[in-house]
Amino acid sequence: MITRASEPFRFFTRLSLTALTGIKAKNLKELLEHLKVVPDAVIYEHTHRFLQQHQHLVPEPPNDFSYWVTHMLQDEMLGERLAAIDTIRFNSLNDFRNAIVSAIENHLKKNSNLRQVPEGKEFHFMRAIRFSIPTQHHAYNLTEFLDCLKKVSISSLYLHVFEARLRPPLGINDFSHWFETELDEKTLAEKVAKLDPYTQTLEGLRSKIIGFIEGRLKDLSHATP
Amino acid sequence: MPRLEEYRSIVGTDTLEELYLLSRLLQGKTVLNVNSTAIGGGVAEILSRMVPLLCELGVQAGWEVIKGGEAFYAVTKKFHNALHGDAQEILPRDYQVYVDTVDQNLMQMKLDADIVFIHDPQPAALVKKRRELKNFWLWRCHIDLSRPDPHVWDFLRPYVEQYNMCVFSAPSFAQTLPIPQVLISPSIDPLSDKNRDLREEEIRTILERLKIPTDKPLVTQVSRFDRIKDPLGVIEAFQRVKPYVEARLLLVGGSADDDPEGAQVLSEVQERAREDADILVLPLPPTSHVEINAIQRASAVILQKSLREGFGLTVTEALWKEKPVIASAVGGIPLQMTHKHSGILTHTVDGAAYWIKQLLNEPEYAKKLGENGKEYVRQNFLLTRHLRDYLLTFISLYHHPSDFIHL
Repeated sequence: MITRASEPFRFFTRLSLTALTGIKAKNLKELLEHLKVVPDAVIYEHTHRFLQQHQHLVPEPPNDFSYWVTHMLQDEMLGERLAAIDTIRFNSLNDFRNAIVSAIENHLKKNSNLRQVPEGKEFHFMRAIRFSIPTQHHAYNLTEFLDCLKKVSISSLYLHVFEARLRPPLGINDFSHWFETELDEKTLAEKVAKLDPYTQTLEGLRSKIIGFIEGRLKDLSHATP
Repeated sequence: MPRLEEYRSIVGTDTLEELYLLSRLLQGKTVLNVNSTAIGGGVAEILSRMVPLLCELGVQAGWEVIKGGEAFYAVTKKFHNALHGDAQEILPRDYQVYVDTVDQNLMQMKLDADIVFIHDPQPAALVKKRRELKNFWLWRCHIDLSRPDPHVWDFLRPYVEQYNMCVFSAPSFAQTLPIPQVLISPSIDPLSDKNRDLREEEIRTILERLKIPTDKPLVTQVSRFDRIKDPLGVIEAFQRVKPYVEARLLLVGGSADDDPEGAQVLSEVQERAREDADILVLPLPPTSHVEINAIQRASAVILQKSLREGFGLTVTEALWKEKPVIASAVGGIPLQMTHKHSGILTHTVDGAAYWIKQLLNEPEYAKKLGENGKEYVRQNFLLTRHLRDYLLTFISLYHHPSDFIHL
């Protein structure tokens, strides 16, 4: 039997605008100095923007810092280290920032050579202005949820899967949280939570979650006497 | 004019639904766009598409053009070049011509819309009226401000600082300003005459009418006849590879009403091209959109060898048509393509020449560049994304400046 939630899942969508700060860095030392003090919204912009902008490219450029260090500063070793920082391990932007900062600090301790990029190749710090917008889609059970999931925009998917992990309850996406707390669907919740959203396109992610739910609905229909 | 629904098959349902969702928050709001030319140039082109779509979404958008004489446009052209980083001799009387012209426009224009959206430096000083009207003012700078001439920027800055917000096309254009600055890339309209799909037969007919032979592959630059677009550099690059390739160079472009230098540059280009039968120079009226479309589609390689560039919408257009593009790494061009993945970025005449030869000799690679380029444009530089960013910007004016806006 399909469980009905007491609180429906309400789909929101996330859109963002990019604000310019006018702050720029032309070498690693300047990048580090600014990285330590810029608002979280700047870290977010440079580590999450690409997810929405490069949806057709897999593998994705992991973050702007790594891209700039590799291609503009031409420091491939540090660039690779920054790319390898596993986004999904961090439950807050500040923890993520600290990981980037310490990777650069360690690198600077061993490499005193401070390369400078030519004019026009500086790193420009930008800030995300994020908008949460309610959509008309809501669901009380898995069937309705599946129906909505097929219709909502990828920006909505992005909000509930990526950003959800960065706000309380930390580290969990909104879908898994609702499956578990409202529908008592612990296994489904875990399966969705285990997906690494950072290494696939949003459409790929949607297809996988749809597959999980369809599988679960099939099981439930067989279990019904 | 195409209706919004006609974009669904190109951009997808998600994108349209987002626009409908956002526009509900702006129903009945009035937005007045002001620029300096109704025809010619990227700004006028975007406005001619953007304004009807905003209206369709329930935002009461209007568009007015400031009026100025020859002296005013000569001054604003100098401003334009100076803001792009080219030293200009600007006299005190030039500044006075600017101020006087804007003041005359202020007397005639009704600027009491909820949001006044000013495009580029020419009408920037209209913002003087803001204090009295108490409405929202946005300044959209479409040009490359990464190395502005300090005199002209110091003159304009006090005006810019009176706006609620300003909008730039590339991160490197950002300035240190006390007002918020947002990044919004411009866009192309996939359904406009300049970009819509054309049948082979249509392309052939247009090329025949324009007397463009197609017996050799066409290497084309589409742009205004303007020194900043380096048409003479294009000719030089082409002549360097001519001994090794069988191709024809086509320099084609319109002119904008606010560009008094155009005729002089055109005659220099014609003079240089006269001695070479494989170089065609084709000035076209600014309304020749379908002709430009056909020429781009008929070309084997598209060049954009600008010395400075705002965003470089001609590059976007060519990428959308799946063409291999060789373009200078200036202004907004590097934002549009990844070197050797979706286009070729160059810095010199030599670089442009080398890549013309490469792409003509390796059509398979050239084809792959074009395919990747088109997909990137679909995701990031179509009119619907631009429209969404404008709606978000308008909405943000009604909220306290914050990193989060809950609607």
